[in-house]
This record gives sequence, structure tokens and C-alpha cells, in this order.
Amino acid sequence: MKTNLTNGDIRIGFYICHCGHNIGGVVDCTAVAHEITGLPGVVVSRDYKYMCSDPGQELIRNDIREHALNRIVVASCSPLLHEHTFRNAVEAGGLNRYFFQMVNIREHDSWVHTDHAKATTKAVALARAAVLRVRFHRALETTRVAIHPDVLVVGGGISGIHAALTLANAGKKVYLVERDPSIGGHMAKFDKTFPTLDCAACILTPKMSAVRANKNIKLWTYSEVAKVDGYVGNYTVTVRRKPRYVNEELCIGCQECIEACVFKEGKYPDEFNVGLSKRKPIYIPFPQAVPQVVVIDPERCLQLKSGRCKKTCVEACADRQAIDFTQKEEMAEIKVGNIIVATGFKLFDAKRIPQYGYGLYPNVVTSIELERLVTSSGPTGGEIIMRDGRTPQSVAFVLCVGSRDFRTNRWCSRTCCMHSMKLAQLVREHTGADVTVFYLDIRAPGKGCEEFYDKSLKDGIQFVRGRVAEVTDWALTPEEEGKLVIRAEDTLAGVVRRIPVDMIVLAVGMEPQADSQAVRRLFNMSCGSEGWFLEKHPKLAPVSTFTDGVFIAGCCQGPKDIPDSIAQAGAAAAEAMALIDRGYIEQEPNTAYVVEEDCSGCKSCLPLCPYTAITLDGTTQKATINAALCKGCGTCVAACPSGSIRQHLFEDDEIFSEIEGVLTHA
Amino acid sequence: MHDANWEPRIVAFFCNWCTYTAADLAGVSRLKYAPNVRIVRLMCSGRVDPQFILAALAGGADGVLIGGCHIGDCHYVEGNLKTLRRFQMLKRMLAEFGIEDQRVRLEWISASEGDKVRSVINEMVEQLRPLGALALREQFKEWGREVADGQPVSVALGEAKQETEVAHV
Repeated sequence: MKTNLTNGDIRIGFYICHCGHNIGGVVDCTAVAHEITGLPGVVVSRDYKYMCSDPGQELIRNDIREHALNRIVVASCSPLLHEHTFRNAVEAGGLNRYFFQMVNIREHDSWVHTDHAKATTKAVALARAAVLRVRFHRALETTRVAIHPDVLVVGGGISGIHAALTLANAGKKVYLVERDPSIGGHMAKFDKTFPTLDCAACILTPKMSAVRANKNIKLWTYSEVAKVDGYVGNYTVTVRRKPRYVNEELCIGCQECIEACVFKEGKYPDEFNVGLSKRKPIYIPFPQAVPQVVVIDPERCLQLKSGRCKKTCVEACADRQAIDFTQKEEMAEIKVGNIIVATGFKLFDAKRIPQYGYGLYPNVVTSIELERLVTSSGPTGGEIIMRDGRTPQSVAFVLCVGSRDFRTNRWCSRTCCMHSMKLAQLVREHTGADVTVFYLDIRAPGKGCEEFYDKSLKDGIQFVRGRVAEVTDWALTPEEEGKLVIRAEDTLAGVVRRIPVDMIVLAVGMEPQADSQAVRRLFNMSCGSEGWFLEKHPKLAPVSTFTDGVFIAGCCQGPKDIPDSIAQAGAAAAEAMALIDRGYIEQEPNTAYVVEEDCSGCKSCLPLCPYTAITLDGTTQKATINAALCKGCGTCVAACPSGSIRQHLFEDDEIFSEIEGVLTHA
Repeated sequence: MHDANWEPRIVAFFCNWCTYTAADLAGVSRLKYAPNVRIVRLMCSGRVDPQFILAALAGGADGVLIGGCHIGDCHYVEGNLKTLRRFQMLKRMLAEFGIEDQRVRLEWISASEGDKVRSVINEMVEQLRPLGALALREQFKEWGREVADGQPVSVALGEAKQETEVAHV
């Protein structure tokens, strides 16, 4: 059966790429090209330095014309990287783009093997398989799927806000879904931003207001994505809207209800001030919150818990009648074409390193707690004070808490060096205290950041290089009495030092959100082993994911600072816009189809399809596959007992010949 | 049959989204592993027809490795569950043929587990070495000749011989 296809009809061109030394340094490309020359149907067999370059592609286009080639095989890198490039070249040469097969001899061969002879043998086997396979390739049509113009942005931190505004300003309709009662994310908690020391609120709150004011943005706070169905261009998303017991349309944000609450003082830890202040059961997250709508905490509100409250809040709201204790969780269904995931990060829990004494010694604080203390709108009105109300005379910063450490997280959180130096400068400015920074390496690679480090040095901030071993209140000398003592090796001086200070700031690193695995599954994304969402390509596709139409931006992809988050958010918005404005996406025609005369109507395939693409035709009693619904997994193809279901691009004869090919050569 | 230069040959069927990507990652990370494996890319491990595995074994492979996304992570929702079910059935059948358990292996390897690609392949190669060549092709020839000669059949692979022939046809 297979030999009669290698007659005069099939004319194969084979190309092997050296990829500079990447492949050529391990695989003997000339020998592979020579070996392939002898195979039936092969008309041209060449090796070339860089096949993906323009001259490389030109080689293919020319040969197609000159030698009347009708099948092309390129052995180079992973098809996930350059299959598209070569298919375009094949098409430009005048052939159907699917008369092409790619052989991965870089990622799967030259990069993972050291034995040149064995790597070359493997390359020959893989190349032979592709040459055998490509003979069976059929001409196929690329299918087009229309793109719904609306976009969902998940997460209302600075990344999500920027992505939503970019799209909305271009006239696209955006749903911005945020889990918390207000947008703003981590940035809203910051006082000033490095390295320019401009105020975070001054640059963030106008953007938050712009979100509220923009007619193209539908803002859903206190909401979470519950379910995602569909595919690129046609996602159906279910959003769970949690009850805030206050009608968003009616509340004007006057906060009289908060004043009137039966709790005269705040009683519960305020999330926004990371527990440094107290709030009431009815509250507004922070003064500049968007939307300006109060929220009632059902775990704390007397009325919601017991039903026995004087409801002074309702009285205060009077005829506005915004408070509604009967609100229920609602599910809203929306249709969007693209999704941008910007779900951010969580901070490392400093309690996980007990020797630093967080939670044990009251004056050991985290960087975000100090950030709230230093903020003029914070719980102390911008005063840096210790728990007993004194102003610290000496402050130490411990860097890399939960970062660059095999015992906790191996990655560098990228922002803590700069963030700590910023806080150190603010501490100097506000209190005049002596500041010592314990660091492993100062990482200040951003624009203006090294200069900021220089400024920190000139400001008299002391830097000690070494990982802090422990924090203790056990005084050994009179000077240490009543202070916290940091024990650390000073690796530059080569001595172990004990430094007594009043206050210690732990620069906690970033971690993936606690529910990052669930979120990943929801949007059909991949995670790196650390839990950050995986981009499609670390360099060439940093905001795309393996699922078309799902993009990532900001710290959910990995730790980054505000400028980088904004850059990614803009890039993700642009990627979504590129799809929307083109109006369609071309999809791999790798769908399954039924050869009707072979189908016995046994219905084995029907329950296998997760997309219900297969139905039984009532009149013919044969299975039919809706190509628009089929995603091309091929599960039904493998299961069909009569072999009547087939799959474009992954036909049985194609795969069998590939198996034969890899085994022909030892 | 057992020459000194014999090296196990493994045909691997990797799903496009997790395990093939993981193998790409192993490459990008320059991890080094045994050159005995030949990877065939499929969109989903659910596309692995048991016939592919039989064809690989009959065609000269000493082992077959199937790689898919972790359960719950399948790009196509549940293709890997179908793979798992088929795999269990096939393993029983292969056992009856006298084909050792270690020769056919199913692994869930996510896109970020480049190191698992390396360790699984290295481990499998080492497990196949003591088993030696499967050499089903030579076996089939042998049996074919015996049948043609009308001689009583030698018991090469235990009592599994009859079924093997049926499977081959």
C-alpha cells in the first residue's frame, strides 16, 4: 500500500538546518542530508546554515519551482517555534501549506545529547520518519473562526487596569472582574514608587477613576470567574458576583452608614492596612476605592449573622435605600473573544522563617506593613512608629525573605531590593534613624535604579552583605538591652556580626496566588513548576499562553515591578486587539471527520467527545462530526472500532509511516 | 541477536500541549538524556491508538513511552483519562503476549517538567537494558517459517505465541 505512493507523483524536498552551532555542532547535518538523498521520492536534499532566515526560506521557494517539488520536510527546531514560518514559505512557493512536515532535531536532539554519532543517527531516524510521513499529507484548507470583539480582563490591579483602559480607549468593550471590593491591587497600598519617588496614589487613582468613567468598561468588583467555556474568539464566561449587601447602583459612597453602624469603633482587622488598623462590619476598603460603594462583611455584621440588629446603617441610608440584606450571590454569563488574566501575586508569609521572629517580636514587620505606616493615608497618618508608639532610632532591612532560598522559594522576587531601598530612604527622611540593609546582592537593573542605589549609599544607608541568620531579643551586652539583635555573617568583612536595632523590616518576596492552580485550570493555562503562569514562549511570546485567546499580564506570570507590569498589560491588550481587529483567527485544520461508508453507527464515539461535536445522524444512522466544535484531540479517532473516524494532519497512515520511519534506522 | 552494540529503542508518543512541550523545555534547558528515544507528536495522548503501540513493538521498538498532561490538566478536558483506560486494557493484553511490563510505559508530564522527561527516559532505557531486545520482527519471521514448514512450534515466548500471531495479522 505504501510503496505505490512513492511513484513519480511524489517529489520531496528535504532541508536540514545547522542553526549555527546549535544543531551543526552536534549533528553531522551533511551526513544526514546525504543519508536522506537515497530515500524514495526525495528529489532534493540540502543542508543550510539557517533555514528560518530569508535566504533559507527562499531556498525552499526556489526548489519548489525549479524541481517541481510537492512535499517539503525541514529538520530544524521545534515545530512549536517555526512550523508556521516554514508553512508560510511552502505556501509562498505555490504549494498547499500542509504538504509540509517538520523534524525537531534541536530541542529533541542536538540540545539534549552529547554523543555526536548517536545524535546524528537519531536525526536520520527522525528525518526518515518525516520523509515517509509527508508522502501521505493531503491538501487542506485552513479554517477561520470569527472573533467576538469583547474582552474579559481578570484582576483589577495595575496590570488589569492598564489592559482594560488600553482596550477601552481603542473602542473595545471590556469586562473587568476583580475579586476584592475595589480595584487597585497591591499598588493602591504603596506610598511612593521607586526609583522616582512619585506618589503611587497620584499615578494610580486617576487610572482607577478612568476605569469607572469609561463607558466601554463594565466593572465587576467583588466578583470571580466561575467557569470558562468555548475557545478563542468565542468564550462563554460565568462570573460569580458575590453579594456586598449594598446596591451598587443606589450607593453614593457618602459613608454615613459606616458612621451609624452599631459598632462605634472598628473591631476587625482592616485588610487594606494589612491588619494594622481596625474596621467595622460595614466599610469601604480605602478612601479612593473604585467603585465608591460600601460593603458589608457577612461574617461580622450582626444583622446578617443573627438577624438581631438595630440596623442603624439602614436608617442612615434613609431614602436612598442602598442597603439590601437580602442580596444573593448572582451568576452572570458573558460572551467574549479574548481573555487577559492579570491575577497578580501574594506576599510570602514571613512566619515561614521562624528564626526571623515575625509574629514573635512585635517590632519585626514586613515591608508592606512599613509601607502602610509610611503612607500619609495609612493607620498612623504617615508616622513611622513602633508598636509602643516610640519612633525607632535604628532600623534594619532583611532582604530576600522567601526569595533566592532553597528552603523557601528559589526565584528572585526582583522588586524587593529597590522597594527596600525606597523604604530605607523614606525611613531616613521621616525619622532620621540609622538604617542598615542586609542583602545578598543588590539587584537594581531597571532604568534609574542603579542611580537610586547610589543615592541610598550617599544618604548614609549602611549595606551589609550576608544572609541574616537570626533575629533575637537576647542581649549579650548593655547596648543590646531592650533591642532586637540581628546576627548575620558580613561576607565582605569575613566576620559574624551582631547588630542591635529598634525595628526590623523583612523584605518579603512574591509568590503565586494561593489558588493559582485552580485559576490555571479555569483558563486552560500551564504553570511553571513554581506556580507562575507559563507564557507561550519565554522570549517571543511573553504574554501569550498555550491557549489561543488567553493572555497573561503582570505578576501572575512572574515577579515584576510596576513599569514591567504595565508594559505586559499593554502588550496583552495589543495582542487581543490584533485578533479583534482582524476579525478572525485561522485554525489548524486538525479536526476529525467520519468516512460515512465505513461507519456502522455503533455510537462508541458519541460519549467520548468532551465538546459534543459528534452526533448520530437520525436518517443515515451514521456518526457526523461538527468541524466547528471539534478541537482536534483525536480521542474518537483512536476509539472508533471500524476505523471510520479519521483526523486531518494526524491520519493513521501518516502516523504508522512515522513509526516505521523512526524504527528503520537503529 | 544480543550483539554488544545493542541499544534499546524507544518510540515515544507525546501530546502536543504538555509532554512534547516539556521535551522542548528539556532541550531549551540543555538537560542531557539517553539518545534512545524517538518522539512522535500527537495533539493529545487520547489519539494514541493501541495499534500504534503494537505497530511500534512489532516494527522493532524495545519499548514504548506515552506522555500526556496530568489528570485534570488535559488540554482537551479528559483525553488523558481515555488514554489511561485504554492503557490498562492494553497492558493486560501485552502481559498475556509475554511482553514485559516495563516495555510500555505511560507518564503524565506537564509542560514545565522538562526534568521529568529526562529522568523518565533515562530510567526507562536502564530498565530495558536487562530485558534485552524485544525483536518481535525476528520472532515473527521465525514463527512464519515454522508454520510454513509445518513443524511443531517452538515455545519462544512461552505460551503466548498463538495470540501474538493473531495480533500480528
